[in-house]
Amino acid sequence: MSQTRTIEVNALARVEGEGALYVRTEGEQVAEVKLKIYEPPRFFEGFLIGRDFREAPDITARICGICPVAYQMGASQAMEQVCGVTLDPALEDLRRLIYCGEWIESHGLHVFMLHLPDFLGYPDGITMARDHPELVRNALRIKKIGNALMRLVGGREVHPVNLKVGGFYRAPTQAEVAALREDLAWGLEASAEALDFLAGLEFPDFEMDYEFVSLVHPDEYPILHGRLGSSSGIDAPVEDYDRIFTETHVIHSNALHSHLSDSGRPACLGPMARFALNRDRLTPRAAALAEKAGLGAVCRNPFKSILVRMVEIAFAFEEALRLVDAYQAPSRPAVDMTPRAGTGYGATEAPRGICYHRYTLDEAGIIRDAKIVAPTSVNQPSIEADLHGFVQAHLDLPDDQLRHRCEQAIRNYDPCISCATHFLDLTVERG
Amino acid sequence: MSDALVIGIGNPWRGDDGVGAAVVRVLAGTPGIQVAECGGEPAELMQCWAGFDRVILVDAVVTGGTPGAILRLTVDQPLPSTPRHSSHGLGLAEAVELARALGELPPGLVIYGIEPQSTDDGTGLSPAVADAVTTVAWAICKELDICRGGAEAQREK
Repeated sequence: MSQTRTIEVNALARVEGEGALYVRTEGEQVAEVKLKIYEPPRFFEGFLIGRDFREAPDITARICGICPVAYQMGASQAMEQVCGVTLDPALEDLRRLIYCGEWIESHGLHVFMLHLPDFLGYPDGITMARDHPELVRNALRIKKIGNALMRLVGGREVHPVNLKVGGFYRAPTQAEVAALREDLAWGLEASAEALDFLAGLEFPDFEMDYEFVSLVHPDEYPILHGRLGSSSGIDAPVEDYDRIFTETHVIHSNALHSHLSDSGRPACLGPMARFALNRDRLTPRAAALAEKAGLGAVCRNPFKSILVRMVEIAFAFEEALRLVDAYQAPSRPAVDMTPRAGTGYGATEAPRGICYHRYTLDEAGIIRDAKIVAPTSVNQPSIEADLHGFVQAHLDLPDDQLRHRCEQAIRNYDPCISCATHFLDLTVERG
Repeated sequence: MSDALVIGIGNPWRGDDGVGAAVVRVLAGTPGIQVAECGGEPAELMQCWAGFDRVILVDAVVTGGTPGAILRLTVDQPLPSTPRHSSHGLGLAEAVELARALGELPPGLVIYGIEPQSTDDGTGLSPAVADAVTTVAWAICKELDICRGGAEAQREK
C-alpha cells in the first residue's frame, strides 16, 4: 500500500489576502494540489453596475491598496475607448510616470520584505532587518520613492485621487516633477547594487515550461499599452481577451481560474512573462543589469522571479528618470469626455501581470456590464502547476522543508489574493 | 531642551481613525511641541521622527475596550502584533519593531492609543472619541512638561 503524505499551510504568510495550501501525495506521485483561496468574494463588478462611467477609476482603485493605479488605468482606458477619446501624448507620459511609481513600491515591498526573507532564512522582514540593516534601509527608501511618485502624480500614494477618465484633475508643475530626480537617480544605483546582491542568492534548481502571456509593444517595455502576446505565438488585440482566456470556477477557490482557451493550459503572467516577451525593449541600464545578473533571454525558474522583479525596479527608475527629464506640464490636465453607448476594453501591466477590464455603457454613460480580471486569479493554475512540479521533483525533502519551499513557490508570484477575489458570481437558490 | 514631536497616525477619512490627526491639530502651535501627521508607513515614520529624542505617537487602537478609552504604551518591550492577513500595509507595531531592528527607534517613544467606536467611511469623530482628544492632548502636555516649560518661556520674555 502506498504511503499518503499531506503538506498543509492553513494561512499563508507574506501574501496579500487569505489563502491556504493543500498538497497530497500517494507513494511517489503528487495526487492533489490546491491553492485554496477562502478570502470572501468582494463583488466589485456588481458595485459598478448602475454607476456613472466617470466613477469607475475611484471605485476600482479600492480593489487593491498596492496596485490601485493598475485598476484606475484599465478602467479609464476602457471608458476612453467607448467615448472615442485618445489621450494627449503628454498625459500618456504622466500615466506611465505614476505607473512606474506603482511598480517601484509594489515590487520593492515584495522583493525585499516578502520574498527575500525566504532566501536568507528569516521568518519575516523585521527579523531580517536586525542582521541586514543597510539592505532594509535601502529597501524602505526604494519603496518610499515609489510612494512619492504616486503621491505627486496621484495626489496620495494609496488609492490616488488625482486620476480620472480622460487624464488628471491637476498636472504637476515642472518644478515639482524635477524635485524627484535626485531620488530616482539614487534609486537606479541602489537597484543595481541590490541586484548584485540578489544574483548571489542560492536558487532551487527548478524550471517550468511556461506559457508566458503579457502585453507586447513594438517600441517600449509594456506598462500601459500593447497587444496580447505569448510564448506560443498569441498576437491579438486586447479586445480578444475573452476569446483567448476561459474562466472557470473551481470549488476550492473564491477567485475564478483562467486557462488559455485554445490549449487549455495555464498562463503565467507577470514579471517573468514581460521579461521573456519584451526583454529587448528594456531601458539600456536595466538590460545591462539583467545580463550581469545572469538572466538569459528567458527565465523559467520561478524562484528567480526575484531577480526579474529587481530588474523591473531598475527599469522603472530609469524610465521614470527619462520621463521626468522630458517633462513639461501638459497644456490641459485632461481630455473632455462625452459619454456614448458601447463596450470598451482596457488592459495594463499591473506589477503582477495583465489586469483586464471590459465595460458596457448605455448612452447616458451608466455602466451596464463590467468585467475585471486580476492577474493573480489568472496565475492560480500556474501556481498550482509549479507546486505540483516542485513537490514531484523534491519528494525526498522532509515535510517541514517541503512546506517551506511550497510557501516560497507561492510567494514567487507575489500573489494578491484580495485583488483576485472580487468577481465570483453569487447565486442564491431558493427552495 | 529640544522640541518634542507628536505624530498623529491614521486616516481621517475613516471616522475615528482620524483621532491621531485630531489630537495633533489641537497641539499644533504649542511651544516646545512640533506636530506631524503620518499614514504610518515605516519609512515615512522613520523619516518623520529622525533627529527627535522625544516622540509621541497617537493612533486609534482596537483592544475591544470602551470607545474613547485611552491606552498609554512605552516601547521597552516588543509591541504585541496581531496576526494579519495583509502583507501590503504594515501596522504600527510592525513599523515600530522594524525601526527597533534598524536602530532607529527614538529613545523616549511613547504611544497613546484611543479606542475607536467606528472606522467606517467618512470624516468626523464619534462623541466618546472626540471627548478623548482634549484628554490626550492635555496628558501629552503634562508628560512633556510643556505647561511649566511654556510658563518659564513666558517669564524669560
